[in-house]
Amino acid sequence: MRPFAYVSAPDVATAVRAIGTEPGAKFIGGGTNLVDLMREGVERPGTVIDITALPLTGVEELPGGGVRIGALVRNAHLAAHRLIRNRYPLLSQAILTGASAQLRNMATAGGNLLQRTRCPYFYDGAAACNKREPGSGCDAMDGFNRNHGVLGVSDSCIATHPSDMCVALAALDAIVEVESVRGVRRVPMAEFHRLPGDTPHLETTLAADELVTAVELPALPVAATSRYRKVRDRASYAFALVSVAAALEVDDGTVTAVRLALGGVAAKPWRAYEAERILLGAPATEESFRRAAAAELAPATGRPQNAFKIELARRTLVETLRQLLTEGSAA
Amino acid sequence: MVEIRMRVNGVSESLDVPPWVSLLDVLREHLGLTGTKRGCDQGACGACTVLVDGERINACLALAVQYTGRDITTIEGVAGGGDPHPLQTAFIRDDGFQCGYCTSGQICSAIGMLAEHGAGSASAVTEHVAATGIALSGAEIRERMSGNLCRCGAYNGIVRAIQDVAESPR
Repeated sequence: MRPFAYVSAPDVATAVRAIGTEPGAKFIGGGTNLVDLMREGVERPGTVIDITALPLTGVEELPGGGVRIGALVRNAHLAAHRLIRNRYPLLSQAILTGASAQLRNMATAGGNLLQRTRCPYFYDGAAACNKREPGSGCDAMDGFNRNHGVLGVSDSCIATHPSDMCVALAALDAIVEVESVRGVRRVPMAEFHRLPGDTPHLETTLAADELVTAVELPALPVAATSRYRKVRDRASYAFALVSVAAALEVDDGTVTAVRLALGGVAAKPWRAYEAERILLGAPATEESFRRAAAAELAPATGRPQNAFKIELARRTLVETLRQLLTEGSAA
Repeated sequence: MVEIRMRVNGVSESLDVPPWVSLLDVLREHLGLTGTKRGCDQGACGACTVLVDGERINACLALAVQYTGRDITTIEGVAGGGDPHPLQTAFIRDDGFQCGYCTSGQICSAIGMLAEHGAGSASAVTEHVAATGIALSGAEIRERMSGNLCRCGAYNGIVRAIQDVAESPR
């Protein structure tokens, strides 16, 4: 690994000051993604600022029923937390389908938001990758792209965001709290990650000197009836080919509330707004589910190796909704 | 160089290392504890699994400096008072290994897993994540141990060994 200077920040103010004065510095939390990328030479920070001593490890109930999650809460602790299991079961499920138990014990909520794609050409320094080396091209376009995106992709990049947790957060309309020397900003989940366009190296709307300090979940009654369903090439410890985060409320046969997001299909967790719009007020039937899924996937475009994801996403959306309707919540 | 101090298998250790040295390298290269294995060195195989304050992690992806002040347990430290850990005995009895390279990680991981289960945590195959008193079925053990690969394919023995220990009175 390329040598770097190490600093441990005792508080948020020191951390955000330090990142501003050290060009190319990076914050490190659990390190599960950053250490790997540093070893591969993809990330090359001159200074690593350790934030694990910061007091951002709480999971607290907010007045009104929401939940505030400190950026340093470990994935395993978040998934196991009683408030999350009871009120946002899709979030517990999403986290539990991600990575391995060892990695979930290390990885933090903030770091999960900032995970980078597992596209093999992004990791391979000898390959062309517009995300790693802007303007160098994209070897995934006509390469191994079974795991790549079908929604919101561009001619520059078809990489996917690897997180499961973020798909649930997108469905829940979570708010990401970020802090810098300029103050605190609250960023809606939908505006946190970016689509590639012709700047795939810009993955979030976070400034280089901003620190994620918390994630807030709004009070959301529909979340109590929710599920996360992940389809992958092996039964465990693999990234999603397609995943669906879904919450559904049905009253007298009519959809009265619905939240849907897709994973494994885009450079950001894909909130399925079009499907939600079609379902809200519609009869809660498989026919409605099919119509909503078809509309959501209508703009999708596949490559030879990943076009199957379009149909897979449609069917997984329908099946997850059907399961919520017939079997109820994952809580 | 940064100074790190940690307890490893109950012994206080203090050493100066560059900040990019992994916990795995500190254990193997600096402290001579070679029971913890280096497999993939990228968090994919679980051979390097150790316990930090009782929780299992991948030592290969851990910068040692971030674990200063912590209590580390490796395979060398799981046995108590000269007797093997019940999981070590069960792995031998139930053929939980062939070449043995993944075994240290499997056993440390299983110790962490049983503690997580004992604390009531759910898994990706738990039907209802909000449930309490989740039974540790074969499917639950497989899912909860999926971070530990065994290239010999001794999985049936591994699952049996863990199930034996989970079901025996402690």
